Amino acid sequence: MEKFTTLRSTAIPLNIENVDTDQIIPARFLKATDKKGFGGNVFRDWRFNEDGSVNTDFVLNNSQFYGSILVAGNNFGCGSSREHAAWAIMGYGFKVVVSSFFADIFKGNALNNGLLPVQISEQFLSDLFDEIESNPQTVVKVNLEDQVISVEDKNLSERFEIDAYKKTCLINGYDDIDYLINNKELIEAFEAQKTY
Amino acid sequence: MNKKTLFDKVWDSHVVSSIENGPQILYIDRHLIHEVTSPQAFNELENRGIPIFRPDQIIATADHNTPTLNQDQPIKDALSRKQLEQLSENCKKNNITLYELGHKYNGIVHVMAPELGITQPGITMVCGDSHTSTHGAFGAIAFGIGTSQVAQVFASQCLLLKKPKSLRVTVNGKLKNGVLPKDVILYIISKLGTNAGTGYFCEYAGSVFEDMSMEGRMTVCNMSIEMGARGGMIAPDQTTFDYIKGRKFSPKGEEFEKKVNYWKTLPTDEGAVFDNEYTFDADDIEPMITYGTNPGMGIKITETIPEEDNASFKKSLNYMDFKAGERLIDKPINYVFIGSCTNSRIEDFRVAANYIKGKQKADNVTAWLVPGSKQVEAQIIEEGLKAIFDEAGFELRQPGCSACLAMNDDKIPQGEYCVSTSNRNFEGRQGQGARTILASPLVAAATAVEGKIIDITKHLN
Repeated sequence: MEKFTTLRSTAIPLNIENVDTDQIIPARFLKATDKKGFGGNVFRDWRFNEDGSVNTDFVLNNSQFYGSILVAGNNFGCGSSREHAAWAIMGYGFKVVVSSFFADIFKGNALNNGLLPVQISEQFLSDLFDEIESNPQTVVKVNLEDQVISVEDKNLSERFEIDAYKKTCLINGYDDIDYLINNKELIEAFEAQKTY
Repeated sequence: MNKKTLFDKVWDSHVVSSIENGPQILYIDRHLIHEVTSPQAFNELENRGIPIFRPDQIIATADHNTPTLNQDQPIKDALSRKQLEQLSENCKKNNITLYELGHKYNGIVHVMAPELGITQPGITMVCGDSHTSTHGAFGAIAFGIGTSQVAQVFASQCLLLKKPKSLRVTVNGKLKNGVLPKDVILYIISKLGTNAGTGYFCEYAGSVFEDMSMEGRMTVCNMSIEMGARGGMIAPDQTTFDYIKGRKFSPKGEEFEKKVNYWKTLPTDEGAVFDNEYTFDADDIEPMITYGTNPGMGIKITETIPEEDNASFKKSLNYMDFKAGERLIDKPINYVFIGSCTNSRIEDFRVAANYIKGKQKADNVTAWLVPGSKQVEAQIIEEGLKAIFDEAGFELRQPGCSACLAMNDDKIPQGEYCVSTSNRNFEGRQGQGARTILASPLVAAATAVEGKIIDITKHLN
C-alpha cells in the first residue's frame, strides 16, 4: 500500500447526497478479476449519457474542476461492499474523499487501499462546497499526521478523526494482513480453546 | 452481573486479542465467497506467497454473474465465463468446497448457506457481499466485507475490527393481513433513513420478529445494510432450532442438543443497555412501496409521495419521473422481478403463487421469477407452484442474483419501471436508466397480474 502523509490539491465538488457504490462503479463493470482498469468507468452512468455521449452537466466533465480530492455529499459510499468502488475512485486519480458521513464498508475499503476518507462536519462541508464552487482554483490541504483539513489562504480548517491504528497503517503503508499474519500464534491458541 | 446483549455475547466470545487504542482481532468461523469479490483476494495471497489458512471454513458458490437460463450450456459472455472459471480454479487449487453453477446446492450465497445449515447461532460469518447481514436472522454475527478483508480472512481466519455500537429496533403487536416481513423492514428504513444504522449492529426484537418464520427473519436482517447497519440480529429461539435441525451441515444427535443448550444462553439479558433504541407498533405497518432511489424513500402503498426541498431528493424524483404529492396506485408497470437474496425463498414463491392461482399475468408485464437456489427451484416444482406460474403465464427461471444487480443479461430496459422484491432501488441498479420500485412478493405478484400498482389491502380476504 502507498504511504499517505499530506496532500495539497484542488478539489472536485460532487454535491450529491447518498452517493451509492452502484453509481461509483455499476455492477456490469465488476467482471474483471484484477484491480486495474476501474478508473475509466468511475461514475460511468453520470459521466456518460445512454448513447455514449459525454454528459456535460456532470461535474467530472467540467474542465474547470480538477484535482485529486473528491468532495461529496452526506452518506458517501452507501450500498454494496464492492471494493471496486475504492479501486475505481483511486484509478481515476483521487487520493482523498471528503464527506460529512461515510458508509461503513466503503470507509473500510478505502482505508485498506490507501484512499483517505476525511469525515468533516456538515458546516465545514457546506463551506468547502461554497469555496470550491465559487473558485475552482481553491487549494485544499489534508494533513494526516495532524488530522487537519484546511483551505489554503483562507481561515478555514477543521480537525478530522481517524482510528489511531489505521492512521499508523496509512502513514507507513502497512496493511492488516501483515499484522494478522504476525499474530498467527495467538490465533491458533484461540482456536485451540474456543468456548462456543 | 454484567448484562450483555446478544451481539456482545457473540462478539466477545470471538475476540482473539485487542490492540491498545485500536481494533480487535475477531475470529471468523465461516467464510462464504462468490465469483465477483474473491478473485483479487486470491491473487493478493498468491502474489505475497501466503497460503489459505483454513480452507475448510470457506464455502463458495457462483451467483452474481450467472445466467438464469440455459445454465447447462457454456456461458456466452467471455468475461463472465472467465470470472466463473477463475473461481473454480481458485477453489480447486486451495481445497475449498464450491457449489458451482448447476450443482444441486448452488444458489445465492445468502439463500444456500442457511438452507444447508452452514449458518448457525452464535457464530461469526463474513462474505464479500453487503447482504451477509441476512445470516444474523439466526443470532449469528454476520456482515459484508471488502475484498481486502476477504484476503485477510483467507490469510488468518480473522479480521481487524473496532466493535460496533449496539442498536435495538423493537416492533410489538400483530402484523395486519397482507403485511409481510419485507414491509416491516421497508417501513423501518423509511422511518429511520439510510444511515441511521451506520456504525451499529442492530438487534430486532419484539413479538413481530418472535412470531416470524426464519425466512421472514432473513428478509428483515438482509436489509439491515440499507439503513447503514453492518449487521442485523434476531435472538435464536425454538423457531431457529427447528429450522436448523437435520440440515446438511447442522450438528447431529447429542452434539445438536449440546449446541441448542448453548444457543439458549445467547439472547440479550434482561436489562442490558443498547447505545440506541427505536420502538414501533405493528399496527402502524402497511404494505410498503418505494418511490425514490434509495431504500429509505418508502411509503405505505396508499400514501402520496412526500415533498422535500432538497436537491438530492428532487434529483431522485426526477430520475424516477415521479412528482411529490402523487400516489403510485394505478401506475402502469411493465416489469416485475421476484427474486434476490431478500425474497427468493420458498415462502416468497408460496405467497406469490397463492395470489396468482387462477389469475393471469397482465399482457404488458414481463415477469421474472428467479429462485434463490437449486433447492428452492426443486421445491417450487415439487409443491406444484411452477404449474400455477406456468398456467398464469409466468416464467420460472434458474437460480442466481439476476435482475437485483443486473450483472448478467437480466436487465430492466432504460426508463422502465420494475416492481421488484430485491433490496436496492439505486439509479441504474437493475439496468442503465431502469427505475426500481421495491416491494414485497405479494405486491409484486399483484402488480404482475394487474399490470399496474394496486392497493393490495383491498384485494385481501
